[in-house]
Amino acid sequence: MYAFQYHRPQSVADAAALLASDSEAKILAGGHTLLPTMKQRLAGPKTIVDLGHVAELKGITKSGNALVIGAMTTHAEVAGSEVVRGAIPNLARLATMIGDAHVRHRGTIGGSVANNDPAADYPAAVLALNATVVTNKREIKADDFFKGLFSTALQDGEIITRLSFPIPGKFGYAKFAQPASLFALVGVAVAQTGSSARVAVTGAGSSGVFRQTAMEGALGKGWSAQSLAGIATDAGKMMSDIHGDSAYRAHLVGVMAKRAVAQAG
Amino acid sequence: MSATGIGASVRRKEDQRFITGKGHYTDDINRPGQAYAVFVRSPHAHATIKKIDTAAALKSPGCLAVYTGADVAADKVGGLICGWMIHSKDGSPMKAGAHPALASGKVRYVGDHVAVVIAETLAQAKDAAEKVGVDYDTLSAAVDVATAQSNGQPQVHEEAPNNTVYQWHLGDKAAVDAAFAGAKHVTKIDLVNNRLIPNAIEPRAAIGEYDSGTDSLTLYTTSQNPHVARLVLAAFIGLAPEHKLRVIAPDVGGGFGSKIFIYAEEVICLWAARKINRSVKWTGDRSEAFLADAHGRDHATHAELALDGDGKILALRASTKANLGAYLSTFASSVPTYLYAPLLSGQYNIPAIYCEVDGVYTNTAPVDAYRGAGRPEATFVVERLVEVAARETGTDPAEFRRKNFITAFPHQTPVIMAYDAGDYDACLRKALELADYGGIGARKAESAKKGMKRGIGLSAYIEACGIAPSAAVGSLGAGVGLWESAEVRVNPTGSVEVLTGSHSHGQGHETTFAQLVSGRLGIPIEQVTVVHGDTDKVQFGMGTYGSRSGAVGMSAIYHAIDKVIVKAKKVAGFVLAVPEESVDFKDGIFSSTATNNTLTFPEVALQAYIAHKFTGAQLEPGLKEGAFFDPTNFTFPSGVHICELEIDPDTGATRIDRWTAVDDFGELINPMIVEGQVHGGVAQGVGQALLEGAVYDKSGQLVTASFMDYAMPRASNLPSIKLAMSHTRCPSNPLGIKGCGEAGAIAAPAAVMNAITDALGHENIAMPATPLAVWRAAQKSPTKMAAE
Repeated sequence: MYAFQYHRPQSVADAAALLASDSEAKILAGGHTLLPTMKQRLAGPKTIVDLGHVAELKGITKSGNALVIGAMTTHAEVAGSEVVRGAIPNLARLATMIGDAHVRHRGTIGGSVANNDPAADYPAAVLALNATVVTNKREIKADDFFKGLFSTALQDGEIITRLSFPIPGKFGYAKFAQPASLFALVGVAVAQTGSSARVAVTGAGSSGVFRQTAMEGALGKGWSAQSLAGIATDAGKMMSDIHGDSAYRAHLVGVMAKRAVAQAG
Repeated sequence: MSATGIGASVRRKEDQRFITGKGHYTDDINRPGQAYAVFVRSPHAHATIKKIDTAAALKSPGCLAVYTGADVAADKVGGLICGWMIHSKDGSPMKAGAHPALASGKVRYVGDHVAVVIAETLAQAKDAAEKVGVDYDTLSAAVDVATAQSNGQPQVHEEAPNNTVYQWHLGDKAAVDAAFAGAKHVTKIDLVNNRLIPNAIEPRAAIGEYDSGTDSLTLYTTSQNPHVARLVLAAFIGLAPEHKLRVIAPDVGGGFGSKIFIYAEEVICLWAARKINRSVKWTGDRSEAFLADAHGRDHATHAELALDGDGKILALRASTKANLGAYLSTFASSVPTYLYAPLLSGQYNIPAIYCEVDGVYTNTAPVDAYRGAGRPEATFVVERLVEVAARETGTDPAEFRRKNFITAFPHQTPVIMAYDAGDYDACLRKALELADYGGIGARKAESAKKGMKRGIGLSAYIEACGIAPSAAVGSLGAGVGLWESAEVRVNPTGSVEVLTGSHSHGQGHETTFAQLVSGRLGIPIEQVTVVHGDTDKVQFGMGTYGSRSGAVGMSAIYHAIDKVIVKAKKVAGFVLAVPEESVDFKDGIFSSTATNNTLTFPEVALQAYIAHKFTGAQLEPGLKEGAFFDPTNFTFPSGVHICELEIDPDTGATRIDRWTAVDDFGELINPMIVEGQVHGGVAQGVGQALLEGAVYDKSGQLVTASFMDYAMPRASNLPSIKLAMSHTRCPSNPLGIKGCGEAGAIAAPAAVMNAITDALGHENIAMPATPLAVWRAAQKSPTKMAAE
């Protein structure tokens, strides 16, 4: 690790000001990607802005027909929240599947979404649920937010403050974990709102989280696992590594999608 | 059996310390004036070093020194040694390249040591290390053991043409060929024993210290055998005379073999401490552990089994290529030879066996002993072979094994080993019953209804443990004797310190060794302290590996206690004023038929030291005895493990549903600890079978260089283990114990793979059977493969 200045702002405005003071500054949320990278000296930011003490970034509320989760809410808090369990129970369940207990007690929803790791779980839920990413500057629809591997619509110095999930009719998430890291080798989130369906896939796509539109069409006509039979996913657009080649990942997208629909009910 | 003696499941004395964070590991130690070492490691698998520029690093703040291979050579620091000579078939000695502590002219694997940077703080050392400029000429790399011997492959060491260290063999080739010629059925398999990275929870660490006043050195290190380290560092590497070098291995957080070996970092910290007259500390990080700890396994084997018309085994032959990595680690040469091929008879009566092994250099990390060391590889060959042979001949795999079991002891195998005791059918019967083997058909049908494939697999393993006697290992090429030493020091108040040459790094010696003393001397276990891991306290010892600490180390303690009792009886005779021959000692009490008076053990201990009741001419004061124990044979633990699992053909996920283990470890010292050893061993074996595998790419980069890609077993990967014991006493040591530390890791891989292939209906899958591998294999139905 290289030396850096550590800041602990108490408000989003103070955090934004600190970020503005150093274009290379990094936000510390749960730190599960940033800190290992810094320890290995692969990153050497001079300024660290820890959002862990910004009260306005925490908390879970139901607001009208939306579930609103503060950006600095940990995975364990989402997993254990009665509000989440009441509104979108399988979103709470998704949070129980992230990493291990240590990760879930430090990692945050805002950090996960901002980092947009192509194998993270939350991006699939955010995209399938057509959530809105709220920042200190604007609101960004999920479809406009994820821009590829570790890439998002966030601008320099922009801070995610909360995520707003419209409460769907049905939601399910099925994950096949990469055996070593427990990240998603393939994770599929499915949501039904009215008669329309959204299907988002994480872990598999070579450009990160993506919508499986053929499956959305089929589920829009008939919401059942059987509706997905025979719908292939293009292996040419899948990642390939020692844990899963592209054909295996493409196959698993189909398996996990069916399981997600079955879970959603 | 006393409440704390042999056979009692006494709670581990050391756990209070460990679970409350009071363990004292090498990295917990900080010496006055200590400086920090960071190693500059090769980013290339194979390259010529054109130039190393240390000027900028030396100017870096806090930097005290930068050393390279040239400095090591200038000081005539000896290279790291391989302590077991293997001769090839043609009688020639193995062809080993030099193994300098810092690379000389060439780097040979990613992680190879190029330079060391020493600075006032760790951060300064890291900063300076980044400024060491190394100019490499990269070379193509030999990575795959299966092809590294081919013409045109990059040469790792000039001394070993075609990267071949040795071409060794064992057994009677002519007899085996004749048996195969007359066989009714021959089973052939090709197996890969996947490469593993040990990953002890505590990374390696070392502190070198120099005392200019006495011109002596001290090394604090993460070692399983500090005395052997001292011997090698003194006699071969030449850092200090043995009596001027102290090696301390304090609490060590797991080894699994990887901390047996003497590593470059230990040499450099010690050597550099004298050079800069400061203590020098190095603590490896996890990335360094992945790259530069000695790895395990990595065999490619073709094996064949010859059967007669009744399903009796006539002969076995195996041809193995063993990856030894880029340099020969301390015991690397012995693992795929004498720790492997002599176990190829398994539990079976096999009249003729022949095994050839090529030891092969590659541009990968050195490979050496890892939990089981050679014996898991042998068991995997034998147990996969008999399973496939049973399937091919339409015989129940359990029945096939039973038909070929050795039933009379002692039994001389055709490959060196003389099995002394065992009852293989007893273990099998018990295991089949506990596993409800008869009900597997119904359970398979239930799984099939859910779209799942269920399989069951047996593994009837044998191992040679104790790693002794000295004469035997010496005749096979070992550079050391493999006995163990003990000293029992009785204090005047009757408490006891036991000094042992073995070393505990998770095994629970502080408890089990104390149980032996408590039971035999009739004193509370709290009155016993076990001392190990310091060459200034314990005179000499051979350390802990090969499940030897119980069978050999405790036997040495047993004999030292014998001597203590003999002496104590003499003391008691004087105090009771009775003839020595009339004194009896039982349950901590000295009595005599000649008097109604009795003495407790502490009373006799006190009398031994105050020495009022006898003269120096009659008896020496004091109560302290030592013993060296060298057994008459290896020990032969055996058992049967049965794995039952379910495969999800849609995803390739494997779930182990049941695990049954019936082990014969002879007498048990502490059944709870034994069970823990089996559980841990099974976890590692399951890890090898389903999850773990070191992967290098073609250029020699380690792809699985972190826990993001190297999958270790988690609790959720493991079943609840149904464990039972069978007992045949070991005749070659006074305690009748065989050793239990490696059994699980030896038995498990074959059990898992036999179960997976049973579920799949074909043999076309290798370890690790990851979900990807299982899914691919599940796409191939047996009928489809037959048609191909």
